Formats: sequence, C-alpha cells, structure tokens
Amino acid sequence: MTNFPSTQSPYTPHTPADVEAMLLDLGLESIEDLFDIPPSIQFPDSFKIPPRSEHEIKTELKEIFDKNLPLVEFLGHGYYSHYIPSLVDHISDRSEFLTSYTQYQPEISQGFLQVLFEYQSLIVELTGLEIANSSMYDFATSIGEAALLSGRISPTRTKILVPDILRSERLSVLKNYTSNSGFKIESYPTRDSNTDIEKLENLFSDDVSMIYIESPNSHGALEESIKEISDIAHASGSLCCLGTDPLALSILEKPSSLGVDIVVGDASVLGLPNAYGMGVGLFACRSEYLRKVPGRLVGITKDATNRRAYTLTLQTREQHIRRERATSNICTNQAWVALRTAIHAAYLGPHGLIDLAKQCIELPLELSSKLNTIEGVHAPLHPRHYFREFVVRTDKTATEVVQALEAKGYAVSSIGDHELLICITDTNASHLDAFVDAFKEVNS
Amino acid sequence: MSNSPPRYDQAKWTSQSVYEPLLSEKNMTEVSLDDVPLPSNLKRNSLTLPSLSEPELARHYTRLSQMTYGVDSGPYLLGSCTMKYNPKFTEDVAVLPGCSIHPDRAPHTIQGTLEILYALQEHLATIGGMDAVTLQPPAGAAGEFTGILIIKAFHESNDDFSRNEIIIPESAHGTNPASAALGGYKTIEIPSNEQGTVNIDALQAALSENTAALMLTNPNTLGLFELEIELIASMVHEAGGLLYYDGANLNALLGRSRPRDMGFDIMHYNVHKTFATPHGGGGPGAGPVGVVSKLESFLPAPIVIKTKSGFDLSTPENTIGKVHGFYGNWLCLVKALAYILRLGDSGLLDASAKAVLNANYLGSKIQYEIPFRPFYHEFVASSGDQDAAEVAKRLLDYGVHPPTTKWPLIVPQALLVEPTESENKSTLDQIAASFNAVLIEDQSTLKSAPNSTASARIDQTAAARFPILSWHALDPSL
Repeated sequence: MTNFPSTQSPYTPHTPADVEAMLLDLGLESIEDLFDIPPSIQFPDSFKIPPRSEHEIKTELKEIFDKNLPLVEFLGHGYYSHYIPSLVDHISDRSEFLTSYTQYQPEISQGFLQVLFEYQSLIVELTGLEIANSSMYDFATSIGEAALLSGRISPTRTKILVPDILRSERLSVLKNYTSNSGFKIESYPTRDSNTDIEKLENLFSDDVSMIYIESPNSHGALEESIKEISDIAHASGSLCCLGTDPLALSILEKPSSLGVDIVVGDASVLGLPNAYGMGVGLFACRSEYLRKVPGRLVGITKDATNRRAYTLTLQTREQHIRRERATSNICTNQAWVALRTAIHAAYLGPHGLIDLAKQCIELPLELSSKLNTIEGVHAPLHPRHYFREFVVRTDKTATEVVQALEAKGYAVSSIGDHELLICITDTNASHLDAFVDAFKEVNS
Repeated sequence: MSNSPPRYDQAKWTSQSVYEPLLSEKNMTEVSLDDVPLPSNLKRNSLTLPSLSEPELARHYTRLSQMTYGVDSGPYLLGSCTMKYNPKFTEDVAVLPGCSIHPDRAPHTIQGTLEILYALQEHLATIGGMDAVTLQPPAGAAGEFTGILIIKAFHESNDDFSRNEIIIPESAHGTNPASAALGGYKTIEIPSNEQGTVNIDALQAALSENTAALMLTNPNTLGLFELEIELIASMVHEAGGLLYYDGANLNALLGRSRPRDMGFDIMHYNVHKTFATPHGGGGPGAGPVGVVSKLESFLPAPIVIKTKSGFDLSTPENTIGKVHGFYGNWLCLVKALAYILRLGDSGLLDASAKAVLNANYLGSKIQYEIPFRPFYHEFVASSGDQDAAEVAKRLLDYGVHPPTTKWPLIVPQALLVEPTESENKSTLDQIAASFNAVLIEDQSTLKSAPNSTASARIDQTAAARFPILSWHALDPSL
C-alpha cells in the first residue's frame, strides 16, 4: 500500500495535481508530448512484469532463496568471510553513507572522504607501502591493474609470472586485463604448496615485468620465501606483487620489508559476509609509482578556514579527465565496501585483528590434526603454515568425498582427483567436531 | 509555501585545526605479536593501529556520516549519474539469509541463488530488447570493457583482424575511450553537429574497414535523443561495425524504446543508476551487459541457464573468459531485481515519464541558458559569465548537490543537470529558486562559497602538489 495510484512508481512523489500544474507550466497536454522517439523504434509492448508490493517481493524472494540447500560451508579458495560486528551494518547503512555519490564536491562529503582516508591508512599500515588507493572491484581485477601498472613502469618488458596454482578465474581476468598490453602470462611451478625457488630462478630474465605471488596462496599456505623471490625479481629489474588480505597482513611480515612493490587482494574478508564472490579490491604500492596508480586516491589539504580537509586527488590520472590515456578505466568502484572494511578493522583494533588472525592459524591446525587421525586421510598435505584453509588428500576420490559430505550437510571443494581444500574460520568453527565425525564416516 | 530557497547547514564538529579528528589521533596502540604461533621470519614485530571502544567508534562514524550528503539528505543533480531515491526494502532483501552464499557452491546446491540471477538476466534482456545478458561486470566501465572484449572476439571470429578503431562522440563519458583503450583500440572522436547530436557527415568520414564499433549514449550527455539513430545504426552496420549502447542514460527510455529496437548490438546497464541500487559513496554498482544473439557465444563465463531440472552455470562456447573473479557485485544484483519487480511495467514507465517531466520542468524554471533542446531526463545549462565550478560551490549552500560541471565540453561553463524522477514539484521549485538566486549573486559571494557545508572551500591544488594519502604521511612518527 502506498499513498499513490498503483500505476505509479512508489518512488515518484508527484500528485496528479503536481503533474497537471507542471504540464500547464510547460504548455503541454501530456507527459508523452516530451518524447519524440520515432514511432519505428518505440516499444509498443509491455515487459509483462506486474508490479508487486514490498511484502510480496520479500516473501517471493525468500521462497526462492529457501531452495538453496542449507549446507555448512567449509569453502575458501581465495574467498573468505568472518563474523561481521553489528556496528558495521548499522553504521554503513546510515543513508548519508549509503546514498551518496563519488566525492566530486569535497566540501559536502568530508565524512565519507575521511573514512576512505582512514581505510587507505589502514592498508598503508598493514602493507608498509606508502600508497593505497580507495578501492578496486575485487581481488582478480586488482591483479590485472597491478600488471598494467608494471607495464607503465617498464614499458618494454613482455612477461608476467604467476603461480601454477593460481585460481583459474584470476588468471582469466588477468589475461583479459592484459590482452592489449603485449604481455605473455607464464606460470611458474610451486612445490609442496610453496614457490619452487630453484625453478623460478631459471625462468627469470630481464623481459619479466612482474612476478605475482600469493600468501596465503590457493592452498591456504603461507609463502615462506617472499624475500628470496623479490630479490630474484629485483635482480632482473622486475617488480614483485603480492596477493594477500588485510587480516593475514595483521600478523604477517610487512610486505614492504620483504621487498614487495605492489600488494593486491580482497579487503572484504573484513567487512562483508559471504556475498557470492562480491568483494573489494585492495591495491597498494610504493610511492615512486604515485602518478601511475589506478583508481581514486583521497588526500589531505586545507580549507579556506585553514582547517584540515579531505579531497579526491591526483584526478588527472583518471578517465573523466584523461579519457583514453587514463591509468585505468575504473570509475564506479567499491567505496562502500571499503568503508565497511575500515569500520570492521577499527572495531577489532590491533588486539582484535591479531586475535582473529591467530584463530586463522590455530583452527586449521586443530582441524587438520583431527582429520589426519582418520585412516585414508592425510592432512595437511604438506608441512606448511596454513591460514584459514589447507589441502587434504583422501584415498577415496575427491568427488566421492564431496558428494558424501554434501549428503551430510557440508560443502567443501575438491582441487584434484584426491585433494580437497578445507576452510575453517570463526564462522564455521562451531561445526568443527561434527565435521570431523562426518569426514570420518565418509572416509571409512 | 514560499518558493524562496531554503537555507542549509551541514552538521559538523569544529575545533582549532580540524573537524572530526582521525582515528589515529584518538588512541593509537602498538601491539606485539610475541604469542602468534608463526616463525619470526614470517611475522611482523608489532601492529600499530587505532584502538577504540564501540561507543567511541559509533560516535566517530556517526559524525562522519553527518558530514556526508546523500540522496536522502536532499536533491542530487549530478548529470549522467541518475542519483534517484534508493528504496529501503531492497536493503532488507539483500540481507535475506539465502543471500550469504560462498561463490564455490555447486550449482545444484544453490538453485535459489541461480534462479534469482536467471530472473534478473531475463528481465534485463527484456528491458533492453537483448537476447542474452551477463551479470558479471561489477560497474558500468567494467561493462564497457566487457563489451569491447566481446566486440574484439566477434570480429576476430570472422577472421577480421584489421578493425582496430572505436568511434566515440566527443560528448561521451570518459570511461568510453578509457575502456576502448584498455581493450587495445584506437579511439576516433567525432564532433557533434549544431543540434548537439551525432554529426552524420563526421560519422561517415570516420567509418571505414577499420571500424570495430561505435559507442553511443542515447539520450546523449546533453539529454538529447538521437533522432537519427536508425540511420546511424545502418551506417555502422554497413561498414561492418557493431553498435554499442552506453546504458548510463537508459532511465529516460524505460519501457518506451529499447536499445535493440534502435539497432544496438550490445549494451551495458548501470543498475546503480537506472535500477536504484545505492551508489555507496562511489560504488559498488553493477554493469550487466546484454547482447544480440550473434554475440551470445562470446559472453563472459559462466552465465546462468535454465535446464529441465532447474538452473545451472554454463560456459558460452566462444567465451571471452572472466571480467570479475566470481559473479560480479551480487548484492547490487539482488537489489536491482527487487526494484524491477516492485515497479513492474507501469512503474518503470512512470519512472522514465517523471524523470523527463522533472528535467523539463526544472529546465523551464531556471534562468540559465540551455543551448540544446528538446532534452529528455537531463539538460546542460550554461552559467555564462559565471564559472560553472563556482556556481556549483554556491549551490551547496542552498542544500542542493550541484550538477556535473564543465562537462560535456560542448557547452561553455556547462552545468549538466539531472533531477531524476525522485523530486516533487515543490522541491524542483526550490532547486530552481536556488539556481536563480545564484545567477544574480556577485562574484565574491560565489568565490567565498560554500559557507554552510562541513568544511569551507577546499584547496584541491595543494592536495595534488603535496600528496598526503595516509595518516603516516601526516605524522612521521607513525
């Protein structure tokens, strides 16, 4: 029910008298007189979408969502979630934040700009790199943008190196982003869920623009040789890019101290629940590349009263000014998700971030050691340090195990004929023991 | 009620040198990592970040929200951005329990999620007149890039490798040339004619065997309907090119004319414009792409298909691959579907009617010159002797989020005004009164504006000259 006739959008506030007065003013008889679309291209039909009430839509969509099987997810593989404090939802849903546009008028947008500045500062603290932009779309597109940045820094190089265990989706996005850059994307080998340094060294030459590494990687393992890898890269004049996330960075050595030049990732591990892959691309780099960076940057300046003020800055890099010569085509980004990340991180504070990150080490340790006691199950597959997830090898085929676990109410991913990826965080930790029991039954 | 413009005062907390202090100025804490069970070469020594309680944070962010202006605060005239009202119930829909799903779930376990996506694909296809839709691109520019990749793949599939040019009108959005360049195309800019629409002679001269596509917005960024669109389409097709529709201005045409019927082969939709998903201070949005059947096999992978037993994910035969790590901005897609269902045919038609009525009514009430007519949902006024950027700053004092300024370049001192369908007559009267008040104000008043926003006029040049991009740069001790 609304105040207005049912043929009207519930979100157009015009009374019939308003419309009449406006038309009178314009000297028109009908709103249709404002449209001069040639008859040959007018749409004479209807979309056959009947309008519905809020209540009907909520009921209908809820019924559709109920068709999803209520499985307990032990899924990760590069996309993770943690419990979202209520503060994050309530503050981010304040309509000034939610319904504002990009801060092209900084004087009226100081609040949002300050949150984005605080987000950038968080990422700078975590990465140790001097520049963080205010967001990219997601993890995969951030890798693509990093590769393009490396191309702007050293235009004559022709190769990007990526791990052979990189998620195929990320590889595909990277290939699309670099399809015009003349880059060849080459895989380098990993061994036992870490980079195979010896083989990597042989692959290196001075045509490599950037090497991309991940920690935690697609197997949940922390990369133990980042410094060695960046040394190898720098010896050839190549850049070193690390894919990671803000929670892992809360305890991991600062990438800047390990020789990393660019950090990318999905910052929404803080801030968003599982949202079918939606995230926010993290992007940070050394200050030398400042004027080549993609995306929006918030900086500090002063206002006319000499007080500190915030504004989007270095906009001459961006598409609305530089058009085809912009550093990226990005316009709409993920600012509101970055805001949620900033609030979540602030809520946790340094103590909470470290505690949650510790859990990401302890829970996989606990789960893998329990699974490892099951006959025919080897967990974790390699002796690495794991963060949130790890690889399990089962004597049974992975397909068999996945199906049997599903019948018991659990979702896990297979990544090989006999290899599964098992992810555990605070969101599914209460199911740990029941999951171990189910895993045991399935594999006996 | 009088039509004199209202006075606006944005909430703020002012101290000697700052407004709201940074979190880092409230309570920074350094925490050591001694008890983290990792070897010392893998972990950092300590973490230094603000450490504050929930009540302190709630107040910090609430103050910052009050120093931010959204559509719920007042009119938002940014042209080509379609800042319409964002219905509240769609936020509730996006937090329904079934919405929170991991992207690696097997299709047969998430039939509900796939059904939602399929329904949106179908509705968008219908609304654009297209044969198939991908929901993957996470923003309008990502949609453009997706379109460019599809255009390239299409020509190459015909062994046509010489088409290396994309034609773009000079009034196009900046993302058009940026996306084309990202896809490896040379962009050919064509001027407008005296009426402000596509210059047919210039188009003819630009078209050649090198033309991959023409990217076009309709109505264009002057708000003008391209009346010769059918001729334009046949010229582009004749030359072997494809016609790309930038969906930024689709709101003007909902239910009245579909891009397909105008001759477009490929288009993107901006759900954060046309379908009312909130813009969140810059994003997220979503930029689904629709195509005619001959381009369907090139769509990004996967798309949702309907099978005998339900729904499944499918990889198009000649797919360009992926443009997002997963399935795009899922939460925005759910909200867009809810909005489309809420309005239905009659509501969508009413939205375009009122959007165009509002622009024309407002245009008739403001005394700035509007050189190009007749316009649809937006118009470009010229502030003449006044600097458009100064006019914008002064409008802030009247509680109006100003139009897009100094763009498109075709009008000197351009004010690109898009009131959307969300404003009523009395608000439009007030907006017009604000414009007209600014029109007769002297230069010093304009130069000293704004006075009623949280901060006074900001020095943007200094920000770029001495970039301070984190609290570390502000305070070297951090």
